[in-house]
Amino acid sequence: MMKPLEGIVVVDFSQFLSAPSASLRLADLGARVIKIEQPGMGDLSRDLFFSNIVLDGESSMFAAVNRNKLSYKANLKDEKEKKKVDKLIQQADVVMHNYRPGVAERLGIDFESVKKMNPEIIYAELSGYGKEGVWKDKPGLDLLLQSLSGLTQLNGNAGAGPVPIGLAVVDILSGGHLCQGILSCLLRKARTGKGGRVEVSMLESALEYQFESVTAFFRDGGQPTERTKSNCANAYLGAPYGIYETKNGYMALAMGQIPVLGKLLQCAPLETYTEVSSWFHQRDEIKDILANHLKTKDTADWLAVLEPADIWCAQVMNWKTLFDTEAFKILKMIQEVNVGDGYRYKTTRCPITVNETFLTSELGMPKLGEHNAMLEKEYSL
Amino acid sequence: MKPLEGITVLEFAQFMAGPSAGLKMADLGARVIKIERPGSGEAGRKIAIKNLYIDESSMVFHTANRNKQSYSADLKDPADLEKVKKLIAQADVMTHNFRPGVMDKIGLDYNTVSTINPRIVYGVVSGYSAHGPWATKPGQDLLIQSLSGFAYLTGNQNDNPTASGLATSDIFTGIHLVQGIMAALYQREKTGKGAKIEVSLLESTLDIQFEVITTYLNDGNQLPQRAKQGSAHAYLAAPYGIYPTSDGYLALALNPLDQVTKAMNLTLPEAYTTRESWFTHRDEIMAWLAGYFKKEPTRHWLSIFEPLDLRCSDVFTYRDLLNHEAYKVLQMDQEVETSDGITMRTTRCPIRIDGQRIFSRKSAPKPGEDNARIEKEFKLL
Repeated sequence: MMKPLEGIVVVDFSQFLSAPSASLRLADLGARVIKIEQPGMGDLSRDLFFSNIVLDGESSMFAAVNRNKLSYKANLKDEKEKKKVDKLIQQADVVMHNYRPGVAERLGIDFESVKKMNPEIIYAELSGYGKEGVWKDKPGLDLLLQSLSGLTQLNGNAGAGPVPIGLAVVDILSGGHLCQGILSCLLRKARTGKGGRVEVSMLESALEYQFESVTAFFRDGGQPTERTKSNCANAYLGAPYGIYETKNGYMALAMGQIPVLGKLLQCAPLETYTEVSSWFHQRDEIKDILANHLKTKDTADWLAVLEPADIWCAQVMNWKTLFDTEAFKILKMIQEVNVGDGYRYKTTRCPITVNETFLTSELGMPKLGEHNAMLEKEYSL
Repeated sequence: MKPLEGITVLEFAQFMAGPSAGLKMADLGARVIKIERPGSGEAGRKIAIKNLYIDESSMVFHTANRNKQSYSADLKDPADLEKVKKLIAQADVMTHNFRPGVMDKIGLDYNTVSTINPRIVYGVVSGYSAHGPWATKPGQDLLIQSLSGFAYLTGNQNDNPTASGLATSDIFTGIHLVQGIMAALYQREKTGKGAKIEVSLLESTLDIQFEVITTYLNDGNQLPQRAKQGSAHAYLAAPYGIYPTSDGYLALALNPLDQVTKAMNLTLPEAYTTRESWFTHRDEIMAWLAGYFKKEPTRHWLSIFEPLDLRCSDVFTYRDLLNHEAYKVLQMDQEVETSDGITMRTTRCPIRIDGQRIFSRKSAPKPGEDNARIEKEFKLL
């Protein structure tokens, strides 16, 4: 199968996770992504180790984000090397970066300079807080964005203080938006010949992610976010919405009518909550009753009663449990990829299926500057 | 010119994942027409948080469906179905999230639709993909967060598995759907042929865990261990986390521990001098630092760390952020208005194109609000 973006060349100056997650998706969809890396360290996340694990000299995080990409090592401050990069830009469809404001200008790869080299280019940039205002020079790290955007107020229980989501969700989200913007401009270019400029900031992305609760804040006169005392999974929803401990593990309960649940679970006290509004206003006490009751039996016992009644529920699984299920195995979500030196590692594949075909690629992460010779020849640099 | 101008999208999808994709395409310039059942319209109109309604439809519905039109049709009525097929013949994209088999019964499965319109890009959202033992299980956001391993990443070590308190699985699935659809639209410009794009909440929620799953797959399958207190990422070393101060909280992102302690005028104990120890002794180190942070107000620590470009921030609520100058400069919110003149304040599209923010004043339509206009324009009668 020919992948949708085959033939597209992306010159990617970005580092860490936010914009690189966007170029990963472009690579998954068939584009050729060339990372431009500085001599010495290269992408700084090569060294950002997760739990001290080293994969072929690099961090597992780098290995995950940069599969299916090429690496071109160049010192942008060296005139000769910069000229080569300029030549590459002239032959590219997309240029992208996630520098702090002002850096791209200093390196001579800002929008105006790049547009002069390649007028039909799609130029994409990702910042932490936008390029204007008092926070523009603040470091744009995921945890800081979660902390400043209100996101940490949404997770966990009341009284727990701020609880961040335990992965770099704002990085990945803003990368997702950057990728959408780039794709929309590639489509426009195919239809009109015109290039374009895409800008995304992590703060704006984090706010759109919370569009339901931010809109509620505007709507209800600025009420603070109030999580439930226990078993909270959404501060704005009534009982039973949450994760509950059972005798042998945990289960999730989404929507459900409380008296119906009471009957199915043989929990008489729940049957007294007949008023729909009480499921929200008395959610703390309802959740308490549920939590105590659900501890008395195994997860499977409860699911056996609830699932046939079409109640939205599920076992809470860790990766070990999930990866052993038939439902996971048929997804073939894990692929093995190759590094240039023969090292192999396992990682996930693209989550988008095109014409009933999974998008996979055996190409793993690049070594720093691994593709210099090949690219210099191919693009006559 | 917005990038998707001239693209027509028919949205059969309901609830959040599919409609959030439709919203993004609408903001980027597409004309998005919801196909809804006569009378009650899509089921998501009755999904509310805090029981907030704008008109007959919930605030949540208006948030995810602004900037769209509505065409009501009974897909089980042959005359209505004929009109919908005429509409499909003239559309560029259609999306749905019916459970496997439903569209086949109606006669709007991809194979049938692609004979009506070979150029159409056909997007499908499911919970667990169209295949396997879970294919007919309800695919709801909290359930997917729970069984994908995601809930084991957030919160502290002794907490229950903790979901993110918003529709993370839905939102990312919607992002991936847009990416797949736009890539297919791009390819169509070259080949003249449409495509079938499939995404599932499970695959998308696994994709956003790609860094940590890649770590798990290559570290001998060690399950994530959340930090004891202040956890913000199971795989990152101290000081990464959130700490109480004398008047609030302080977030510390990726910072070398020795630089943080140097800035605080603390001597790093012998046991914590190697970089490896910052992860292996994470809990002790975080507890040790917490003892200092709680003695002074947040601004005290920011005034020490920020000038050194250490990555730190305050922790904000919506009230703090939305009244802050750094938020106001973004112009991230907008007022939308229904055809009845009811207004609502909500977020805007987070992507800027060609240097422009994208606003749209149109709120969500009533079911069938645009029937007359669409029947005339697309000559359905």
